[in-house]
Amino acid sequence: MRDETAEDENWGQQFDRLPATPDERVVEARPTRTEVVEWWVERFGIDPKMFDGYTFWEKGAGKIWAFNGEVVDPIEVQGLGMRILRTRQRHWKPSTNAVQRFCRDATKNVIELSPGEATAFVAGHDQQLDWWEGDWGYLTAAHELAGEREPLGVGLYLHGELRSTVPKGRQEELVKLD
Amino acid sequence: MNPLERYAPLVDDEAAFLEACERSLPSVVRVNTIKTTVERAREALDDEGVAYEPTDWHPGILKLENSSPGTNWPYFHGWLHGQEEVSALPAIALDPQPGERIWDTCAAPGSKTTQIAAMMDDEGVLIGNDNNLGRLSALRHNAERLGVTNLVVSNQDARNFSMKPFGERTPDKSGSFEQFDRVLVDAPCSCEGTCRKNPDVLDEWTMNHVASVAGIQKGILRRAVQVTKPGGTVVYSTCTFAPEENEAVLDFVLEREDCEIVAWDVPDGFETAPGITEWEDDEYDSSVTNARRVYPHQNDTGGFFTAKLEVNA
Ligand SMILES: C[S@@+](CC[C@H](N)C(=O)[O-])C[C@H]1O[C@@H](n2cnc3c(N)ncnc32)[C@H](O)[C@@H]1O
Repeated sequence: MRDETAEDENWGQQFDRLPATPDERVVEARPTRTEVVEWWVERFGIDPKMFDGYTFWEKGAGKIWAFNGEVVDPIEVQGLGMRILRTRQRHWKPSTNAVQRFCRDATKNVIELSPGEATAFVAGHDQQLDWWEGDWGYLTAAHELAGEREPLGVGLYLHGELRSTVPKGRQEELVKLD
Repeated sequence: MNPLERYAPLVDDEAAFLEACERSLPSVVRVNTIKTTVERAREALDDEGVAYEPTDWHPGILKLENSSPGTNWPYFHGWLHGQEEVSALPAIALDPQPGERIWDTCAAPGSKTTQIAAMMDDEGVLIGNDNNLGRLSALRHNAERLGVTNLVVSNQDARNFSMKPFGERTPDKSGSFEQFDRVLVDAPCSCEGTCRKNPDVLDEWTMNHVASVAGIQKGILRRAVQVTKPGGTVVYSTCTFAPEENEAVLDFVLEREDCEIVAWDVPDGFETAPGITEWEDDEYDSSVTNARRVYPHQNDTGGFFTAKLEVNA
């Protein structure tokens, strides 16, 4: 399964800043800053303070970027911070890079994988993991590295199976470990 | 012509210089402090049995004993980035601070950009610009793997870089700015300094290329000075030994823009030589001696050139 958030190659479009709240919304269906932050808090139990300095932007319908600084709105550039989330669809989908960056201290929906499972996950394999008793949907997959839990990426858990969404370009980074 | 013969007279020990240029370089990684600490990165390498040795001048720059960097867990997690040892110098000279506005004029594939982001604690506005879209895509990939979130990716010719996208002449608009605190010009160049990694650069070298790329370098460095705040910093770096692409470029810009070349603190334990004031029939401003040349035999690295400029108030 592809991670559209990471593989998107639309260059040079405009980035529009997310409205802070629904009252400030001009473009219909554009999520608000509050909704985006709350989604991360709700889904992964992370501290909303993590996003305090961030501005949030939409490029193309539903592709949300987080930028740790201030620039003019709108802005026409090739990239602005990090692609973190795909919205405007029933289940919002986080990106691999965002989960690695922001979910180190996640308290919810983190599935901890054994060394063998972690390697298979990063290689892009889907795995039957019936022991998971938590929510279905998008999870942070993690493993232990240097004595602590470290997020690997995003898995989609459905019917006892964890599907890897690690993008192709990231899968190759571990080939020789297999 | 082997260009190294052309530059050998500039160095203190010609034989050691030519001999070092023949040896291949070890694989070197920089620890990415946006995603981890130096201690944890080292622990992860230890756990995997990857042998490394820290450089004696920077605890976060590690020489790997045999493996290439892209095949282990800390690399997958963006804890490490493969970057030639000597190429860590320009960011150190630039001395970026959290929250500043910084422009990396020739940024792709982003080794120095991502190092600058880490030194800014990933806060502020860092513009990573390159005129080559293909290379820019590599920059974006590296930045995302390393977890950088303060980067604006831009695709302009740095020689006539426009500040329009950033709100030039609309000072009332929130987030707008017209000038940078610091700018890095890591210029395209003849690259003989990378011959230990890529010996082909020596066969491809021509005097015509030196002349044409020097024109581009002058244009980019002038623009860099023009968009930097009074009192701000511009760093100019290349991986060539050619004075035409180094001291001559500085001398040209000194005459035309309001700036000076200042000394910068090279890390302890790292050997460098001063910029030169005479080459063939040309003489350069004496302040170019503040620039630092790095020859491969001095620290067993690639070759390099780094100068720090201060824009006048
Ligand atoms: C030495 S490389 C930069 C390496 C990069 N700073 C790093 O550390 O990974 C020089 C870059 O300058 C770019 N370049 C060449 N001419 C340019 C111009 N006129 N404007 C902007 N970028 C240019 C090239 O595409 C190339 O990527």
